Amino acid sequence: MSKTVALTGNLACAHAMRQINPDVVAAYPITPQTTIVEEFSTFVANGQVDTEYVTVESEHSAMSACVGASAAGSRVITATSSQGLALMWEILYIASALRLPIVMHNVNRTLAGPINIHCDHQDSMGARDSGWIQIHCENAQEAYDTTIQAIRIAEDSRVSLPVLVCLDGFIISHAIDRLDMLDDPEVKKFVGEFEPRVTMLDPEEPITVGPFDGLHGQFFEFRRAQELATLGSLPVIEEVGKEYGAVSGRPYGLIEEYKLDDAEIAILVLGSTAGTTRVVVDDLRADGVKAGLLKIRSFRPFPIKQITDALSGVKAVAVLDRSLSPGAIGAPVFQEVRSALYDSESRVPIINFIYGLGGRDVSMAHLKEAFDVLSDIVKTGQVKQTINYLGLRE
Amino acid sequence: MEDLTEIRWHGRGGQGAVTAAKLVAEAALKQDKYFQASPEYGPERMGAPIQAFTRICPEPILIHCAVTNPDIVVVLDPTLLSVVNVTDGLVENGALVINTDMSPAEVRQANNIEGYKIVTVDASKIAVESIGRAIPNTPMLGAVLKATGIMDLEKVAEHIRSSFGKKFSQEIIDGNVEALTRAYQEARSE
Repeated sequence: MSKTVALTGNLACAHAMRQINPDVVAAYPITPQTTIVEEFSTFVANGQVDTEYVTVESEHSAMSACVGASAAGSRVITATSSQGLALMWEILYIASALRLPIVMHNVNRTLAGPINIHCDHQDSMGARDSGWIQIHCENAQEAYDTTIQAIRIAEDSRVSLPVLVCLDGFIISHAIDRLDMLDDPEVKKFVGEFEPRVTMLDPEEPITVGPFDGLHGQFFEFRRAQELATLGSLPVIEEVGKEYGAVSGRPYGLIEEYKLDDAEIAILVLGSTAGTTRVVVDDLRADGVKAGLLKIRSFRPFPIKQITDALSGVKAVAVLDRSLSPGAIGAPVFQEVRSALYDSESRVPIINFIYGLGGRDVSMAHLKEAFDVLSDIVKTGQVKQTINYLGLRE
Repeated sequence: MEDLTEIRWHGRGGQGAVTAAKLVAEAALKQDKYFQASPEYGPERMGAPIQAFTRICPEPILIHCAVTNPDIVVVLDPTLLSVVNVTDGLVENGALVINTDMSPAEVRQANNIEGYKIVTVDASKIAVESIGRAIPNTPMLGAVLKATGIMDLEKVAEHIRSSFGKKFSQEIIDGNVEALTRAYQEARSE
């Protein structure tokens, strides 16, 4: 049984946390923090959860406290955003290297300067190589559902890695949306009890956590093991998404295709813009244009095979990036998709649209503009410009 | 998506524009509709002009772009008419719902507004008389319902009774329902 509710994306995430009832939440409660941990603190104060809620003096300390609690064998969740994620930097790498299954929301907001509080993906793109699994959500429903799945993915013995659940700042986090929530016992049953593989508080089996690797130790092998574990999470994310579908009626995969089967042109995008793109695809289809959408849910691990398979039939593709990598050949998602397609048989023409930085709105007209460029490529067989910008004032 | 209604709320910090946008969304849920409600974020100061947005639709709302061409613009504070371009992007046959003691014809003349449906109601006066405070958001909601018919008045009143019940006294709840109903009755349109 589920119930339909009206919640902000933040409150939807906080309710998922309440239903999961983690052992420890450590959070820095001041800007750039979002209301996720504020709402959750109400559940703690009301005695609705058994969580040990640790308020700390910075985001660096928040992640450090999460690392300690997780290493001690606790189920740990926290949330952050923007500069907060940036301040966690060092400890993000420690959490993933120690293979700690911490789940964290990142409300995607840009990094200053100039000072700007609005949405883009530059904060989490910076955490791309930190060894965290990174899943992007389209709306409040997905943010709620993904929080619950993230626990299972992180704690799976084949994975044992931290998971970053990303949702678009303000657009999803602060907007009230309609969603369905599972009943508390259903969530409890789905996430199950956390059984840590090791705990540093077991006197029968003493271990050292986070030791010095020696001058010429096993660092390289550790990092390679982390890579293997990240790649190994691909089937786990799919399995958990399928199992969640059986419980909720809302199955999830690594990617989501929309009208891609017979599409000639396609947009590939992460996050809330996928929703707007669906409607533009429908409008174009009504005009006889064979447009489609490929939404990437799992950005880390990057599902190369699923993406190249999904795009194998299209004649031109545009990757939309809500971030910018100064001095690079296009933005991060574009780089990866183009790299993946290089080895594919079709090697379809691919262009990049950088959009929405610092919360710049991306309208349906902008997305139509991107599809028009793709139609032109199909018609002329020529890519005029590889890196493009949507909604940039010139 | 054809039946999508988009509302832009103009108010000043503290007048309850964000609460009104939220209230409409929650009332829409009770009627099994789909909705989105969001404030425009920025530096928020008491008395500064602010905006909030609501979308309502019988089908799921997939778009997440900004509301740029609203069907309805609600102005909670008449002094904003000379400060903010409230008709910006308003669709051709859209409605402008204004909290003022003037008639629609007077507002039209005083502000050189051509076209659009104009609905006026003295929501501040109604709020003071019914609730005891000049917070015009609930009565303005009554005027919006009258102007647009997007939701049933009685069902919104029911929602106020059930959702306010947890936080407010019976007196405040009754005052809000009265303000909603009175504004619905007193709203004048042209």
